[in-house]
Amino acid sequence: MKNFDYVRPSTVSEAIAAATEPDAAYLAAGTNLLDLMKGGVVHPNRLVDVTRLPGLDRIEHLPDGGVRIGALVRNADLAHDPDFARSYPSIAEALLSGASAQLRNAATVGGNLLQRTRCSYFYDVASACNKREPGSGCDAHDGENRLHAVLGWSEACIATHPSDFCVPLVALDAVVEIEGRTGRREVALEAFHLPPGDTPERENVLEPGDLIVALRLPSEARSFSAHARYLKVRERTSYAFAVVSAAAALRIEGGAIWDARLALGGVATKPWRARAAEKILAGCNPDLATFRAAAETALADAKPSGNNQFKIALARRIVVRALTLAAAGTPRRIPALPASPFSSISGALHGA
Amino acid sequence: MVPEISLTQSPSHSRHGSNIGQPLTRRDGILKVKGEARYAADNHPPGMLYAVLAVSHIARGRVSFLDVRAAKSHPGVVDVMTPANKPPLAEDPDAKTNPFMFRLDLLQNDLVRYANQPIAVVIAETLEAATEGAALLSPRYETQPPRVGLDSNESFVPPAVGVGNPSELRRGDVEAGLAAASRQIDATYETPTQYHNAMEPHAIVAAWDGDALSIDTPSQGLAMAQGRIAGLFGISPENIHIRSPFLGGGFGSKGLIAGPQILGIMAARLVGKPVKLVLRREQMYGPVGHRAPTRQRIRIGADNAGALTAIDHHAKTVSSSFDDFFEPAADASHTLYASPAIATSHEAIRVDTGTPLFMRAPGEATGSIALESAIDEAAWACGMDPLAFRIRNYAEVEPISGKPFSSKALRECYRQGAERFGWSQRPLTPRQLRDEAGLLVGWGMGTATFPALMFQAEARAVIRSDGSGVMETGAHDMGQGAWTAFAQIAADSLGLDLAQMEFKAGTSDLPDAGIAGGSAHTATAGTAIHNAGTAVIARLEELATNNERSPLFGAGNAGVIARNGRLFRRDDETRSESYADILGHAGLTQIEARGKSTADPASQSTYAMHAHGAVFAEVKVDPDLGQIRVTRLIGAFAAGRIINPRLVRSQIFGGMIWGMSFALHEQAVMDRRSGRTLNANLAEYHIPVNADVPPMEALMIDEHDPYVNALGIKGVGEIGITGSAGAVANAVWHATGIRVRRFPIRIEDVLTPDPH
Amino acid sequence: MSFSISLTVNGVRRDVELEDPRVTLLDLLRERLYLTGTKKGCDRGQCGACTVLVDGRRINSCLALAVSHDGADVLTIEGVARGDLLHPVQAAFIAHDGLQCGFCTPGQIMSAIGLIQEAQAGDDPERIREGMSGNLCRCGAYAGITEAVLDAQKSLAEASQRRSA
Repeated sequence: MKNFDYVRPSTVSEAIAAATEPDAAYLAAGTNLLDLMKGGVVHPNRLVDVTRLPGLDRIEHLPDGGVRIGALVRNADLAHDPDFARSYPSIAEALLSGASAQLRNAATVGGNLLQRTRCSYFYDVASACNKREPGSGCDAHDGENRLHAVLGWSEACIATHPSDFCVPLVALDAVVEIEGRTGRREVALEAFHLPPGDTPERENVLEPGDLIVALRLPSEARSFSAHARYLKVRERTSYAFAVVSAAAALRIEGGAIWDARLALGGVATKPWRARAAEKILAGCNPDLATFRAAAETALADAKPSGNNQFKIALARRIVVRALTLAAAGTPRRIPALPASPFSSISGALHGA
Repeated sequence: MVPEISLTQSPSHSRHGSNIGQPLTRRDGILKVKGEARYAADNHPPGMLYAVLAVSHIARGRVSFLDVRAAKSHPGVVDVMTPANKPPLAEDPDAKTNPFMFRLDLLQNDLVRYANQPIAVVIAETLEAATEGAALLSPRYETQPPRVGLDSNESFVPPAVGVGNPSELRRGDVEAGLAAASRQIDATYETPTQYHNAMEPHAIVAAWDGDALSIDTPSQGLAMAQGRIAGLFGISPENIHIRSPFLGGGFGSKGLIAGPQILGIMAARLVGKPVKLVLRREQMYGPVGHRAPTRQRIRIGADNAGALTAIDHHAKTVSSSFDDFFEPAADASHTLYASPAIATSHEAIRVDTGTPLFMRAPGEATGSIALESAIDEAAWACGMDPLAFRIRNYAEVEPISGKPFSSKALRECYRQGAERFGWSQRPLTPRQLRDEAGLLVGWGMGTATFPALMFQAEARAVIRSDGSGVMETGAHDMGQGAWTAFAQIAADSLGLDLAQMEFKAGTSDLPDAGIAGGSAHTATAGTAIHNAGTAVIARLEELATNNERSPLFGAGNAGVIARNGRLFRRDDETRSESYADILGHAGLTQIEARGKSTADPASQSTYAMHAHGAVFAEVKVDPDLGQIRVTRLIGAFAAGRIINPRLVRSQIFGGMIWGMSFALHEQAVMDRRSGRTLNANLAEYHIPVNADVPPMEALMIDEHDPYVNALGIKGVGEIGITGSAGAVANAVWHATGIRVRRFPIRIEDVLTPDPH
Repeated sequence: MSFSISLTVNGVRRDVELEDPRVTLLDLLRERLYLTGTKKGCDRGQCGACTVLVDGRRINSCLALAVSHDGADVLTIEGVARGDLLHPVQAAFIAHDGLQCGFCTPGQIMSAIGLIQEAQAGDDPERIREGMSGNLCRCGAYAGITEAVLDAQKSLAEASQRRSA
């Protein structure tokens, strides 16, 4: 690991000033950053430790019914916050399906939004990777790419975004609060992550010095709590990244879907909101035919980026399954194996 | 006719059962749960420096430039060891005078023959400085295209496979058998490259004092390591002291001392200070061995009654471009199923990887998953239940050799395992079972087998004047429980309670305990311990029975029994004398004896010796999403005498989990262009996590085998992986109706086409 | 640049002069404080061998910068037993043979202690297995580990009931 300056500012403005320097990086838990630094994938000159910044570790319930989550709230604390888990069960389930208990105890909400891809060519510093080294090429294109993107990829990059957390967040219209040199601004999570295009190294809208200070969920996101699930297919039962995943949230009234939210994970370079599919669902009965139509629409633009055709069919199916499970009702307690197809969903349902 | 074998090693003095056979908890357990068990990398001799390897990014070519200046200018870096300044060696690392002597990469030149090959060592005052120093070397290369995969080079017939097994063996006329068969299977199976991935990375702390060398490093074979190091550095083995009290897992990868460990010793010599070198996890994917990939074609013929007419098992595998280890996969067909005609053969190619090595059940594991799959396919082709088919083709003698088995309780394993599992309820046709949630359920089985081997070992037993005992042998505990099981054998052989004796192991100054491999350590070193104990008791007996003042005087013909620190007259247990009194009367402060063990040639040439088992697996498969989970694993095993059932259960479970992992999880993924392993980590090289592990049972079937060794031990370290891998694969077929012949089975392999 | 940090490790205040900000909490424990019970299996947060409790929570010490944990309260495997008296989790690991080679064991035990304190898994073996999935064991001692955690949790609950009774 390259040596670096370590600074620990005590205010947000000091932090921003310190991080505006070239090759500076914010350090929160470091669960992703240190891994990347040890692998020589990134090598900042300066780490700006934000863990002591005041006021960023709170979950606040807003007067309008929304919730504001400080960027330093730990993943486990958010998932186990009883009120949060009740109001946003698919987010809690996604959080608990990610990584391991140890990592969830450390990793922060803000850090999770900035999690880098697990593309092995991104990690293998001897391979060409446009994301790691702009203009060097993409060795994943003709390489081992069975787990790579099927939506939104470009010639320059076919990596997938690894976060579980971001999938239900993007479905539920989360908003990112950013503090920067020019003050505070807000960006919808859906617009926060950028499609790879010709500049896959630019993964999000953050400018030098920008600090994520909070994440907000609108009050409307709560209205799906009775029918919200996150489902994830992976290559072992736990402690594995998603092959594909889906977050489905339905508002069902009088036996019909009034409103729907749907997003996919593991399929694109960013958490993938399926808006067209949501439109199909709205107003329909929550039945298999509807769910299949939504799945077709959600994957309509999908195309393999390599030896990964199977992920398109798999993504369709996980959409159908996630919608089916959401329609059946949120389990009162997060299943023993969060987001797993092997979760038993017997027992009481949320709000039933 | 079975000729009479004289059992010269018959245990005459000790009464088994006081310790042997007891489910004692691990004697090293307290140290391990308190974090006090000292593994190699936990050592810090005064003045120690840190060494970190720089490894090659290319798989074939040569290193054209290393930025030594940049590395050396990094604060804290003390020196950089390259081919230019490495200390001289007494022996060419590429010399090979016996099959156990593997060629090592010790900076002998600038050639690169696999990715992750060590190309330099950076030594620094801190680990952080050494690590960054290694990165700063920024090597440049002259690159040649690597040969990657089973089809990337010209194939040849290896002169031998495994450790000296013939490459080809046949009995009967396979083609005639196939031609006569009414049912035939002709299937090709592929198994991937796998890495041992012991939790403890290879590590060494080396300190020179003149020509004397002191080393902490994990070793499954202390005496061999000592000999190898002595040869490379031109010093006497007695000058090398190796401590290896605990291995953080070995699985074969620590059987022979590996190149990086030697580089640590060289670095210590270069800088004249103690050096610690620990491999980074990703550096374990290259210089410390792996299980080679295989492609196995199996042809099976059976008649109308389900009797096998032929088995033809051909395996293709790889070795490195510069050394020989050939995974003996086809040999799995030698021992399990009766067939009038059996042929096994191997071919290999050379690829640009590190040299493959024995990895837990080498050949047995790869061959077993293919053979058990093929047998399952043959049973289905014959319309027979897989268990009935296996019993129909039960081998009463070893099929390839025609030798009788020294013991074989496999029929009982089948019976008890099947009963415990509820196998009789299994529908013959696949894709018939669902659980209440709609998941597909499948039941599969596999036969487990592993040879009961014996190597050579020695032990030293001492009885001290206070009546206490010492047993010494340089045995290795890599988790199998050597500290406990050997102490149990030692205590019984000495006629002492465990608390009355001291058991010493894990260092190279003790008698050679052989290698902890081939599932033979307990049998081999255990027999040596037993013989040493028996010998020292015999010396005590001689003292007592010849001493007029002893209550045992003149008991020579009747014989004595050793128990609780006393010798008892066999025909009159009211007459006894304590060890302390015997030694006291003789005016001795202690008495000692050595014991050796080796395979009995007469038994070996007469009998086939194997442990056996039957494994039954239940899997659930999500029919739409393809995710697979094993939900039950039950094995029944017959492995001779069990020294400690608690530890054996753990060993067997571990093996069964490896089998499950083989079928469903682990594989190294290599980029065909670069020859680099893309998942050289523990995040994407998937080994099972706790949540993958189903409820498991291991039934141990009684088996008394007087021929394998004096104690009747067969070994349990590797057998669990065999049978289990096939059982899981067969269960996946039974759940889905999809026969996957490439392992591990992946999600996309079991996805059924979309209904629309 | 040098950093003065102060941590409480196993109840003892440790003032450390760190000459290098790159030092992880794991390497601080192992290579500078000589608390080598905590193990390094992957150094990348992928195996759990380095699990310690920081301010009562289990984390991977390999992905924690020491300098960032100035002021932290750290519990390692060395601080779990009271002299010869084993913690119930330690005793249960021995009783259920939840270990073989022992290398992952300190991390497993710290993780189990953390899991029990988190009180999310209850006595559901499936939740225990999931909650312990951040600790790889290549020997495959998982069955014994799960049994040990269940058993230890039960004896801890009984002990705390006795105390409050």
